[in-house]
Amino acid sequence: MQPTDTSNPDYYHKVVDCQWGCPAHTPVPEYIRLIGQGRFTESYMLNRESNVFPGVLGRTCDRPCEPVCRRVRVEDEPVAICRLKRVASDLRGDITDLLPKIPEEKNGKRIALIGAGPASLTVANDLLPLGYECVLFERMDRPGGLMRTNIPSFRLPGSVLDEEINVILDMGVEVHYSHPIDSLKKLLDEGGFDAVFVGTGAPKGKELRIPGRDEGGANIHIGIDWLESVHFEHTDSIGERVLIIGVGNTAMDCCRTSKRIGGQDVRVIARKGRPHFKASSWELDDAEEELIEIVENHSPTRFVIEDGRLVGMEFDLVEWAPDESGRLVSTTLGSTVIPCDDVILAIGQDNAFPWIERDIGIEFNEWDMPVVDRTTFQTTRDGVFIGGDAAWGPENIIWAVEHGHQAAISIHALCEEESLTDRPSYGMNLVSQKMGLHSWSYGSSYDESERSRMSHVDLVERFKALEVEVELGFDPEQAAVEVARCLNCDIQTEFTSNLCIECDACIDVCPVYCLTMTENEPEEELRLHLTAPAENTDQDLYVSQNLPQTARVMVKDEDLCVHCGLCAERCPTAAWDMQKFDLHIPYAGKPTWIETPETALTTSS
Amino acid sequence: MTQTAKPSVRHPRLKRNKLGLTQRDYEGSQSTLCAGCGHDSITAAITQAFFELDMPLHRVAKLSGIGCSSKTPTYFLSEAHGFNSVHGRMPSIATGANAANRDLSYIGVSGDGDSLSIGLGQFCHAIRRNVNMLYMLENNGVYGLTKGQFSASADVGSRAKRGEENRMSPIDPASLALTLGASFVARSFSGDKKQLVPIIKAALTHRGFALVDVISPCVTFNDHEGSTKSYAHTREHGHEVVETDFVPILHEIQAQQDHGSTTAVTMHDGSVVRFRSVDEGYDPTDRDAAYAHLKELQAKGEVATGLLFIEPTSMDLHAFENTVDQPLVDVPFEKLCPGSEVLAELQSRWR
Repeated sequence: MQPTDTSNPDYYHKVVDCQWGCPAHTPVPEYIRLIGQGRFTESYMLNRESNVFPGVLGRTCDRPCEPVCRRVRVEDEPVAICRLKRVASDLRGDITDLLPKIPEEKNGKRIALIGAGPASLTVANDLLPLGYECVLFERMDRPGGLMRTNIPSFRLPGSVLDEEINVILDMGVEVHYSHPIDSLKKLLDEGGFDAVFVGTGAPKGKELRIPGRDEGGANIHIGIDWLESVHFEHTDSIGERVLIIGVGNTAMDCCRTSKRIGGQDVRVIARKGRPHFKASSWELDDAEEELIEIVENHSPTRFVIEDGRLVGMEFDLVEWAPDESGRLVSTTLGSTVIPCDDVILAIGQDNAFPWIERDIGIEFNEWDMPVVDRTTFQTTRDGVFIGGDAAWGPENIIWAVEHGHQAAISIHALCEEESLTDRPSYGMNLVSQKMGLHSWSYGSSYDESERSRMSHVDLVERFKALEVEVELGFDPEQAAVEVARCLNCDIQTEFTSNLCIECDACIDVCPVYCLTMTENEPEEELRLHLTAPAENTDQDLYVSQNLPQTARVMVKDEDLCVHCGLCAERCPTAAWDMQKFDLHIPYAGKPTWIETPETALTTSS
Repeated sequence: MTQTAKPSVRHPRLKRNKLGLTQRDYEGSQSTLCAGCGHDSITAAITQAFFELDMPLHRVAKLSGIGCSSKTPTYFLSEAHGFNSVHGRMPSIATGANAANRDLSYIGVSGDGDSLSIGLGQFCHAIRRNVNMLYMLENNGVYGLTKGQFSASADVGSRAKRGEENRMSPIDPASLALTLGASFVARSFSGDKKQLVPIIKAALTHRGFALVDVISPCVTFNDHEGSTKSYAHTREHGHEVVETDFVPILHEIQAQQDHGSTTAVTMHDGSVVRFRSVDEGYDPTDRDAAYAHLKELQAKGEVATGLLFIEPTSMDLHAFENTVDQPLVDVPFEKLCPGSEVLAELQSRWR
């Protein structure tokens, strides 16, 4: 193998699995260390830089960081990253003075933002400090988009949402509520904007066209519309027996909401078996805790109507098996009718653009969706950008935030007349964490605690009102215990090959056998011949330059390293050092980190 | 010295041996030796060898004297028996223990000071008696615990850390053992586990005294330029005379395959030690030739390594003394201590 180039920020970034897995690349280990130290405000601000809505995301994020957490590979349960984020938000102090300053003098550029959801708000957050004027158009009478209307308040209290949105609006966004845009052409022709960002989400719930749909219409609801209607208090009750069709996260919100406004016997109906459910496992757990039954392998065939009224739903009982190509196909074993009073359809969402004219230079694809560049977020018409769910269909909030950051970079480049496709590069800094003999500036010991359980409001109390938040959050002591479980993956093992005397000390002391000194070989061979075979090919092997005495190489399998620092502590020549990796994430208007050998290796070694 | 304890976390897919144990189960306490000490690598090699031999932890006795080397039994097999003796007296304790319980596996760990100065006489007599044990001599050429004075194994011309040169000729434990009739003599290097581990396994299997002299650089006092026992010098001047491979009994079939120039020696328990001579014509079963070859390399400033000599069918202490077949603890009390009448009768025979 070629020696590993650790001056490329991607190498060490990938070692920090949570940060690499997060679309916005939030520096997780660093912010949770701050929480452990009780520095909640600093932790909140560090979060805010990359994910903008720490309070919201600390309750609702889809947590792409957790399944990839190193702790899963070492002992099964990830660090409760998401709920720690909430701690920073719950316990932080005043942040007013820490927010970016908005220049009095504007730069003369006006940007239109359509839809007041997380994507548009992120664009405003990034551009306002640079002197842009941002004009926001929202079809409803308050901001937040699907964060507000689709996430029930027992999961995300309105006050948390308001607070984080207001921080951005107070930077000086010109907001037009109850102002749907019905013609993009008109906005482009008459608005006088330098760029338009479309962040209108995926607001159209999918239909289920089977017999009885129209006759039973009064008791058949589209999930996201129904949640919105409950949120705006247009709907305040539902029948006792409710069926939710679909088993994604919207279905979970629908079933739990039903339970709070009159549903007694609430069931979620899935076409496939549990391993194929789209809902996050913790959302399934939370629903089942509320005694909601999840029914597998039921494929809907018709709504049962009696006397013009919905009385039940008929399903095929199915079994799934892979065909020759490996695709799952179903076999019908029989059918059944489940009686019900109401049905909620939560089988997906689409985005819809009836308000974008097809002759204004914006190309639409075969599915009638606008063509959006994956890197620049620009449509085929210069100056029109799309991000969030509106771009490629439903994702989650953290993706919308990242889209917003990227679109802001593009909009800034467009206004500065720079290339949109030359993206600013990621940079990094590495700083030694050695504080003295046997002393590191981070908690290097391995904490054996199990993942902390989140306390919930008891079942009776939580159903008393729709807005009773179910999760109680961690207190500072619980948070400190959970933080100690973090393996500090951002404290990198940096190796300087010409200092190595090949004494084997690091190899002997490593508790998880991730180091080997060996003759260099091609990667596939090397993976088989290490101290412990490196079976997880998703994780890189680090290969050093040739060692001075024997011309062998030092190989490190990154898979299970617990960053305990013992290799560095046992190294007599400081060839190993523990260095904190700080990723420099480019944002609009933030000077690009210039990569030079000097800056790349700014370490104390 | 390391203050951070080695975390208990383990690789989730660790190999297990026949006893269901992992290599981590063969570890001991965290080492308090200097970071980079050769002794720690030897400890790791010992750990690996015992693990690979599927050795039950309670069937091992660890013995040592005084010195950096003699601290190391604490760092492996924490569940084995152990005895830390007076300086240089480990061989006596080992001899006594072995006489009382012949079924345990004995490992004595000593250093060049403990074995070649204060304990030289003890060392020689353990060889002479062919005590069934593995004698690890962790050889770094200096007194590390007293700040790096030359030891009896320091080579002529080797320089101390502060620059002075050693002029006295060294005692070479391997040549000494050969002349005393040792039945198993090997030399290795702490920085070469590929060579060291099979040698330790063969030595543990050997019935009789097995000397493994391991060059083990003192990273604090003897790893500089001018030292003849540094990592760099040993790598440059080490000369492997034979490649050794240890084949446990179970794999015997494989051992019968033709390996060209390899010779195989069958041990008393049926396992096999295979050799491939690196130096043409080197025969590890010929004591005189082995001695001559060792001296020849020594004159050239080279350090012969590998399993230098083996005599698998030698008589050990118990054979010489015609002792009972089982450990004394298993001999019925009436037989072990037949009472004053029998004693009186015995004594009357010499009246």
